[in-house]
Amino acid sequence: MNTDISQQLQQQVVQAYEQVTALRIIGGNSKAFYGRADDRLLSAEILNVSGHRGVLSYEPTELVITARAGTPLAEIEKLLDDNGQMLAFEPPAFAESATIGGTIACNLSGPRRAYVGAARDFLLGCKIINGKGEIMSFGGEVMKNVAGYDVSRLMAGALGTLGVLLEVSLKVLPKTEMVKTQLFHCSSIEALNKIHNWSQTPLPISASSFHDSVLRIRLSGAAKSVQAARDTVGGESVDNAEQYWHQLKEHKLDFFATEKPLWRISLASDIETFTAENDSNFLYEWGGALRWLKTETPAEIIQQAAADVDGHAILFRHSEQQTCFQALSPGLLRIHKNLKQGFDPKNILNPGKLYPEL
Amino acid sequence: MYSSENIESKISKAALIQALQDFIAAESVLFDEEDLKPYECDGLSAYRAIPLIVVLPETIEQVQRVLTLCHENMIPVVARGAGTGLSGGALPHEQGVLLSLAKFKNILHIDPNRRIARVQPGVRNLAISQAVDQFGLYYAPDPSSQIACTIGGNVAENSGGVHCLKYGLTVHNIQQLKIITIDGELLTIGGSGLDSAGYDLLALMTGSEGMLGVIVEVTVKLLPKPERAQVLLAAFEDVVNAGEAVGNIIAAGIIPAGLEMMDRLAIQAAEDFVHAGYPLDAEAILLCELDGTNEEVSEHVSKVRGVLKQSGATEVRTAKDDAERLTFWAGRKAAFPAVGRLSPDYYCMDGTIPRKQLPQVLKAMADLSKEYELRVANVFHAGDGNLHPLILYDANIPGELERTEEFGGKILELCIKVGGTITGEHGVGMEKINQMCVQFNSLELQQFHAVKAAFDPLGLLNPGKAVPTLHRCAEFGAMHIHRGELPFPELERF
Ligand SMILES: Cc1cc2nc3c(=O)[nH]c(=O)nc-3n(C[C@H](O)[C@H](O)[C@H](O)COP(=O)(O)OP(=O)(O)OC[C@H]3O[C@@H](n4cnc5c(N)ncnc54)[C@H](O)[C@@H]3O)c2cc1C
Ligand SMILES: Cc1cc2nc3c(=O)[nH]c(=O)nc-3n(C[C@H](O)[C@H](O)[C@H](O)COP(=O)(O)OP(=O)(O)OC[C@H]3O[C@@H](n4cnc5c(N)ncnc54)[C@H](O)[C@@H]3O)c2cc1C
Repeated sequence: MNTDISQQLQQQVVQAYEQVTALRIIGGNSKAFYGRADDRLLSAEILNVSGHRGVLSYEPTELVITARAGTPLAEIEKLLDDNGQMLAFEPPAFAESATIGGTIACNLSGPRRAYVGAARDFLLGCKIINGKGEIMSFGGEVMKNVAGYDVSRLMAGALGTLGVLLEVSLKVLPKTEMVKTQLFHCSSIEALNKIHNWSQTPLPISASSFHDSVLRIRLSGAAKSVQAARDTVGGESVDNAEQYWHQLKEHKLDFFATEKPLWRISLASDIETFTAENDSNFLYEWGGALRWLKTETPAEIIQQAAADVDGHAILFRHSEQQTCFQALSPGLLRIHKNLKQGFDPKNILNPGKLYPEL
Repeated sequence: MYSSENIESKISKAALIQALQDFIAAESVLFDEEDLKPYECDGLSAYRAIPLIVVLPETIEQVQRVLTLCHENMIPVVARGAGTGLSGGALPHEQGVLLSLAKFKNILHIDPNRRIARVQPGVRNLAISQAVDQFGLYYAPDPSSQIACTIGGNVAENSGGVHCLKYGLTVHNIQQLKIITIDGELLTIGGSGLDSAGYDLLALMTGSEGMLGVIVEVTVKLLPKPERAQVLLAAFEDVVNAGEAVGNIIAAGIIPAGLEMMDRLAIQAAEDFVHAGYPLDAEAILLCELDGTNEEVSEHVSKVRGVLKQSGATEVRTAKDDAERLTFWAGRKAAFPAVGRLSPDYYCMDGTIPRKQLPQVLKAMADLSKEYELRVANVFHAGDGNLHPLILYDANIPGELERTEEFGGKILELCIKVGGTITGEHGVGMEKINQMCVQFNSLELQQFHAVKAAFDPLGLLNPGKAVPTLHRCAEFGAMHIHRGELPFPELERF
């Protein structure tokens, strides 16, 4: 499917700008719950990007794909897979309807993130509509481009508060020849120690997780190198582990089946504050740099603890999402407000989705 | 030519010197013509200007006070690292303070577990890799200027190197910055995790060319040194085949650590200079470095060898040991000075193109070379499409620099036309300010100005660089059509 509705989208934004109407941007609307719940969003008019779809260019040897923002993530991944390539940041889809625009707007990345980079690292360029209804392009389809400020990457993770994504260009990578998973029974401290020893040597690790006293390591690369790495790290070999990593990425492991608020805590990989021995409420990824925590503990306490170790905590999934993202320092908040003013002066794009002030 | 924006300051030179000497040692506040002279240009020496004052603070607090003072008195500030920039980014402002970070030379902390190093902005790029070598780690981005350029300058330019295709640019290899805004506020951007709350200001600062804030601390990510690196050298009778070979290597599912191309003139210059043993009868050579585990490299070397042969290479050599590997690279790394020996002056361009456009672009460049009667040597980060045409000229011949600049401008516009960009890694600075009007339309430029205003509403940091005013574009743009649109229809013509 290939449809260009950029003019309609633009008209809707222009009208909203003139009438100062808040817009709630949706892609596949697979997870209306990510980000803050804000009254302004409840009453907002919906701007549906999902009809704006289609891959615009893809040449495997250039390692670049450009697609309209409403293109289903699954469609893009299928196309790449057919050509032996992949989105190396392994974005979670969470639902079939997930779009590439929503993926970039949320800057969500999967298990490979710690080893190759996040969605933002693979974003080469984008076309957007800003809050005045102006269509603009930044970055491009080439690997290296330093003309002008890096506005494209600014869009990644902005949750649509600075602009509506119309098109994105992403760097893609070849799939690896062989993938193997090794498993270890150990404590969380032992797991972190193992990971840190490995990470200082050039092993082809492409994912890691720890929960319920089990450490898993995924090795990806040339066949011989994966086999050699397997001998180096040891542990038990796991067959058919792809399903495990897929379920981890998509939050379909038993761990994620919970009514408790789910926290996503990002911090230095060796921090021991958020390490609870034998605590089944913790799941680690990214060599320890990402920790999922299920808890009823109040937001202030979790976010303060994260701030104390120079990290940050996001209330990832919960029915009451008022304080969703970690508070910014006054200086950073001032810059954020100025940027918001510069892109969306009437504050009509996803108001309050990221912070109440934006 | 560059004309810096005129800014009405509120303080005399003498009073400013006095105020600076209140908190900075007298020998670190320079104002005599002869002391200022060494700062008159960066690596793009065709453009020069003498600043009002040069200051060399040593503490973060001093930088804060310099900026506060300048902010209160409407004094422009230009930050400077090592001054190796090639786009005039660190060119001084005649009415302003040049703020040198040269005294911020300390590596503050190395953490092998987290694989990071926290360093001051004046630390040289190579010094980081040298300091962490003992842990088996290194800092990946390696601009050819790495013995001299500073990490602060690298962040400000989002510098690359020969290993970008696999390991990314500066933006992919840093984790946290401390910056000082023009009003003297210290901000921490990024965190100790892999991401941080709010907008991606780390990306915005990277490549911001000293326009948004002064970088006073950088936390870089480190990588474990690969077990093995191996380089292949392939010779081609036709640059088109060499270009295709690059695509074929990638199609084989291999991302080389480095993939560089040189054309005939560059090969000859490099060979004369460093005697790397390059084949002099070749129209183009490719250098392909493969790294990783021992087994992986062995496997990839034999695959790539096959691909190169199939793509029409007349000769493929594999460096037999590390010494030969370094010799192969020596020619490429010395390509700029080598070409410099062919001609009194050379001008280094920096466009990026989609790789498949290489044959057309080389052809068009050869035509322009005839038209302007100026020779061009090409070195090319082939893996990621970043071209460095070196235009040979003689500044002593009247009119030749102007012809060179015009030729260079045409090359950049050619890059835009085929879907590329005017700068892959050297930045816009003042050099490519006119071509920014070709690459971006007025809405986009206005959006850039809004970004600038979010950090520096008075426009005191590096005024006149990186993003042109719409009026400047209107003057320049009269001759240009942007993506088929009439340029700047909303502005009156003059
Ligand atoms: C159990 C479960 C848990 C999940 N948890 C989360 C979660 O915690 N966080 C999360 O992000 N997702 C979560 N998801 C869903 C997942 O994030 C999305 O499927 C994925 O991000 C794809 O986005 P979408 O196209 O469905 O975007 P949408 O849900 O439609 O939009 C996502 C966000 O991006 C913005 N957006 C969408 N398109 C654009 C555009 N073109 N331009 C600008 N902004 C745009 C939206 O305004 C919204 O803020 C979860 C799903 C499930 C089933
Ligand atoms: C022979 C040669 C080879 C080169 N090869 C490469 C290459 O392979 N790849 C590449 O990318 N570049 C290359 N360059 C260009 C140059 O070395 C890089 O741009 C480098 O990053 C500049 O660093 P610097 O410390 O010299 O910065 P400067 O030239 O001093 O400054 C560059 C810009 O950064 C700003 N700046 C500097 N420090 C700070 C700070 N602390 N805070 C805020 N702003 C600051 C300045 O205002 C200016 O706009 C080469 C240059 C030469 C001369």
